[in-house]
Amino acid sequence: MAIYLDHAASSPVRPEAREAYLAALAVTGNPSSIHRDGQNARRILEDARVVVSDALGCDPIELIFTSGGTESVNLGITGLFRARRSSDPRRVRIVVPEAEHHATIDTVEWLAAHEGAVIDWVPVDSLGRISLEAWQAALARDSETIAVATCLWANNEVGTIQPVVRLASACERAGVPLHVDAVAGFGQMSMVSESFMPGYPDDDSPVAAGGGYLTPQGIGVVPGISAMSVSGHKIGSVPGIGALYVSRSTSIEPLLHGGGQQRGLRSGTQNAAAASSMAAAIRAARSFNIFTMAAIEGMTGILRERILSEIQGVSITGDTASRLANNVHIVVEGAASADMLYLLDEAGISVSAGSACQAGVARPSHVLLAMGYDEKTASSALRITLGHDTNYEEIGSLMDVLPGVIEKARRASA
Amino acid sequence: MRVLAAMSGGVDSAVAAARAVEAGHEVVGVHLALSRMPGTLRTGSRGCCTIEDSMDAQRAANTLGIPYYVWDFSEKFKESIVDDFVAEYEAGRTPNPCMRCNERIKFAALMEKALALGFDAVCTGHYASVVRGVDGELELHRASDYAKDQSYVLGVLTADQLKHAMFPLADAPTKAEVRAEAARRGLSVAHKPDSHDICFIPDGDTRGWLSERVDMVPGEVIDHTGAVVGTHDGSLGFTVGQRKGLHLTRPAQDGRPRFVLSVKPATNTVVVGPKEALDIAEIAGEKFTWCGSAPASPETAFACEVQIRAHADPVPAVAQVVDGELVIRPVDPLNSVATGQTAVVYVGTRVLGQMTISRTVSALAVAL
Repeated sequence: MAIYLDHAASSPVRPEAREAYLAALAVTGNPSSIHRDGQNARRILEDARVVVSDALGCDPIELIFTSGGTESVNLGITGLFRARRSSDPRRVRIVVPEAEHHATIDTVEWLAAHEGAVIDWVPVDSLGRISLEAWQAALARDSETIAVATCLWANNEVGTIQPVVRLASACERAGVPLHVDAVAGFGQMSMVSESFMPGYPDDDSPVAAGGGYLTPQGIGVVPGISAMSVSGHKIGSVPGIGALYVSRSTSIEPLLHGGGQQRGLRSGTQNAAAASSMAAAIRAARSFNIFTMAAIEGMTGILRERILSEIQGVSITGDTASRLANNVHIVVEGAASADMLYLLDEAGISVSAGSACQAGVARPSHVLLAMGYDEKTASSALRITLGHDTNYEEIGSLMDVLPGVIEKARRASA
Repeated sequence: MRVLAAMSGGVDSAVAAARAVEAGHEVVGVHLALSRMPGTLRTGSRGCCTIEDSMDAQRAANTLGIPYYVWDFSEKFKESIVDDFVAEYEAGRTPNPCMRCNERIKFAALMEKALALGFDAVCTGHYASVVRGVDGELELHRASDYAKDQSYVLGVLTADQLKHAMFPLADAPTKAEVRAEAARRGLSVAHKPDSHDICFIPDGDTRGWLSERVDMVPGEVIDHTGAVVGTHDGSLGFTVGQRKGLHLTRPAQDGRPRFVLSVKPATNTVVVGPKEALDIAEIAGEKFTWCGSAPASPETAFACEVQIRAHADPVPAVAQVVDGELVIRPVDPLNSVATGQTAVVYVGTRVLGQMTISRTVSALAVAL
């Protein structure tokens, strides 16, 4: 039995994405070359750019391909920080919520240690939601000293979806550029063109852009977002490809210097094959997104209910009202993540502790710590993330072994 | 059997795991993360605890085709090994952290976890041998390669722990043979340098490491008559028998070299004296355990051999439990014994037990 329930770490490469990749590898040429070989490669690359930018709701020129989510986040935050500070040296503050991904935390801490950045941490509540009041207060306080704000669209561990539309409009009002890390949300939420529905209900969120409205479960570039990071392998493309949306009105400093590709924001020969794979993954995801998402939501709902009713001392973390459809995140009283992971792996089931690893060691989750859990509880988490290839039978198989695994893991911690 | 192979990233544990696989066991490799902030690269003679070592272990597991995990024991290691190490020095004793690690981590915390998770045994790359004695009980013996024998640091194992311990290198003829075997098996760690020193003290400078963690207060160096013969920058970290680095200002009357006899934290003094004052006629301790089954009547004096350091030779002795204390009298005096050190008692190749030395009696005092 091999059951893969760790899509948030990396989703299996979709057949369409593999085929697109292999087809593109057969094409000779550097997309920047002038000859026809180069043009062929460029066509593949630019076709991919159209698909990805369309999924985000931006223009192709606003989409920069990168090597993945981490590079996108680094470029988004550091690039905005440097551009803003060089145009006004007073701008040194970075407004950032707790419970962000380490790509963000380590980037802002590096900027604080080496480039004089001052970090304004914004708290999250016990469900992992960014405090809108604290966010607005941080933005209102000496706005002229803020370089950049950044936040997750959806938390990669507990799956809580943030009120990004409101967070973004607060940034817009304060005149502060916002970078959004949408890596975890992208592909697990409706993409922009599916969710932009003319005449969407009169929610008080100002989500209009391009003649439509973003649903609360949708993801895309909304007003107030200056840069947004996404990654390919989380939705079933080959790994090693991601993208950063950079609004045409935003000034940003590059991290990589060289041939001046992609508006000079990301020099380096472009990876047409991987971009094509990412585009194919997006197309595949979108072609039956509504059905798969509904099915996944049904499965996660059943899984959550069964866990709560069949196993004592387990609680669901995060915001059940506003969370990624494919995410089930639990903390287990008296058990350690590492032991449960081992036992599930032995049973052929791949899940995750959710938290960042160092040399393969599961550490207490900084996300759960930020949400107010104690260190012991923060070391007892399991993140189960479903994907496009998950079925009900697999959920049943997981529930066949999970109670026993937890019982054994508890004995190992006793 | 389901076997958990503890893999440090060194050649011994890799070959041990390979032998366990070859013996037909279902083996899972586990690397223990013992440091909260592991270094990235291996330095000097340390053979574990860095990310590079963990990756070496991973590669070995890949070569053997076994699953591999890293388990975090850093918190437990800090509490029961590192903090204990500092506390022992602060109390003027000389601890043996490797022994404590076997006692509290590898064959305790790790073994208990392994058994709870469904394993039958923990396999390590120690050079030692577990055999069934004539009475049917398990016994710990020296490895066939006396030069590499590590039964000393395993002296803390109890009968229960022996039941679940597996040492596939028991009969390894020499370390060179083990390296050759690793190379034959395609293990990339075949030529990795041996580790020695204390794993959490990167450069081997115990005094320097201690001085970063405890206040070193300058004090007096006195001789065995009580006369002040010099000063020190802090009494901790001096080792009994140490001769160098004393910086004495008053020469000995007889002009002969002087050695550290003891460290007294209560008065922050270091006591020095002539070489013969290091001779110890009796060692004793109330903290002792039997390795495997206990002797039938330990209250009756029995002949044995005692070893007081990992690389010391065993010496003939007579041991006896007196009023809850294990008292060991070497036939010839022992040299340079510090309290806190572990004395392991052997009968032939068999490890009979061990004790933490809490009291020593000078041969000089006996002679006088």
